[in-house]
Amino acid sequence: MKVMAAVKRVVDYNVKVRVKADGTGVDLANVKMALNPFCEIAVEEAVRLKEQGIATEVVVVTVGPATAQEQLRTALALGADRAILVESAEELSSLAVAKLLKAVVDKEQPQLVILGKQAIDSDNNQTGQMLAALSGFAQGTFASKVEVAGDKVQVTREIDGGLQTVALNLPAIVTTDLRLNEPRYASLPNIMKAKKKPLETVTPDALGVATASTNRLLNVEAPAARSAGIKVKSVAELVEKLKNEAKVI
Amino acid sequence: MTILVIAEHTNTQLGAATLNTVAAAQQIGGEIHVLVAGVDLEGAVAAAQGIEGISKVLVANAAAYAHQLPENVAPLVASLVIDQSVIYSHILAPATANGKNILPRVAALLDVDQISEIISVESADTFKRPIYAGNAIATVQSNAAVKVITVRATGFDAVAAVGGSAAVEAVAAAHNAGVSLFVGEQLAKSDRPELTAAKIVVSGGRGMQNGDNFKHLYSLADKLGAGVGASRAAVDAGFVANDMQVGQTGKIVAPQLYIAVGISGAIQHLAGMKDSKVIVAINKDEEAPIFQVADYGLVADLFEAVPELEQQL
Repeated sequence: MKVMAAVKRVVDYNVKVRVKADGTGVDLANVKMALNPFCEIAVEEAVRLKEQGIATEVVVVTVGPATAQEQLRTALALGADRAILVESAEELSSLAVAKLLKAVVDKEQPQLVILGKQAIDSDNNQTGQMLAALSGFAQGTFASKVEVAGDKVQVTREIDGGLQTVALNLPAIVTTDLRLNEPRYASLPNIMKAKKKPLETVTPDALGVATASTNRLLNVEAPAARSAGIKVKSVAELVEKLKNEAKVI
Repeated sequence: MTILVIAEHTNTQLGAATLNTVAAAQQIGGEIHVLVAGVDLEGAVAAAQGIEGISKVLVANAAAYAHQLPENVAPLVASLVIDQSVIYSHILAPATANGKNILPRVAALLDVDQISEIISVESADTFKRPIYAGNAIATVQSNAAVKVITVRATGFDAVAAVGGSAAVEAVAAAHNAGVSLFVGEQLAKSDRPELTAAKIVVSGGRGMQNGDNFKHLYSLADKLGAGVGASRAAVDAGFVANDMQVGQTGKIVAPQLYIAVGISGAIQHLAGMKDSKVIVAINKDEEAPIFQVADYGLVADLFEAVPELEQQL
């Protein structure tokens, strides 16, 4: 079966972002960009399914600017077979991305689509669920284990207070949580090979998808700073402060 | 305006985050209905009826909703908006694992964008939410006919759980998409308070060295009546289960007192706890970034300081 992994180009997780003075967003000029960590886990899971002989082909897809080709090449170096870039210079909402992915899913007909549970820039945690709704597929979100058996996939999910296991009819949507797997490092030969793998570019117009959003970003500001307090010298002093100054115990 | 709040519940009990979500609905203003979808709901419905400030509890009792599978519950919620006589202006759910699972599916069915994890209500159509792990705060306006929103519980003080007397109305629609099945669940059994509801949270990081050493924190927590959390580093190292993780990718907490033990203070951890009222950090590395947000910092070996702290309480 064909497996699709959907990924996003985001600011590298080690970067401490700064809010722009004009309140229009965060400053991404000359900032290191990377594959969203949850998306990397999605690609790894898809590649493992291929290595286990369950998947026959791994297609990686992203919606983003032309520079997102870098992240697609990273995914190809991790083991995906081919890549699709839905090119959009503007930042799109989760629903718009889900609609574009739906159009790609209609064309490619994968049995399983794996996405990261959230992107570490917008922190929305929406796209996978929305894609599932638009496609009419079942969804296994926040997955820590994925097992394909026959025409079903069994997904163990990270929920509040523990784990839940669901069985989903294929085709299905899975979104990854951190403990699903530990992504490999791409080897140099694989990075070289990835440069020759096919990468197709399409536009939202060509897919016939309108990308207008019902949300409008009005302002972005820095959070209220929390100032450092004091250092106490001993446990006794700490207990005294908590009791008499902070009055929290 | 009428606002629909989707209750967090276990069929028998109502989840605390429901009360914070109703608080957010009150700030938006208007009549508030609460939807309880599940099976054998007497306990959850009785609790929902008591919530202060709501006028109606909608009860969807059907086997298909037993485990609140999103494939079945999302069409139910969407149908309440589309088919019913009431015109809902907003649909709110707590940003719990359940709320996050179901609500984007509802938004897509209604063809509107969702606003995730709001921390404040600016007006009926404008909200603030953290982005970039809380390193920036976005103000977002929605022009959707029905605004679909998840609510971060720590951003809103809970309304009273008792004192209300809402009417109960059964919802007939039973949606069963038939594409998903509940297989089972493993829930951690603990007598300690749930992390996101605890007044005091004690968390351990990589400095704990192994899972066995968390016993020092459990012991301290039991003396304080606290919940126990962990940093992502401690979870990744396999010391404790992931449902204890506090941070951008785990749980968001804002207790009265947060005690960070052997936690360096990575950005993604701070995103999950920096709204706590009082933060205590115990770490032997005096350069650890956690001290930059701590109200009280103690530079000490945690294996000496934690037992001593427990003793002196």
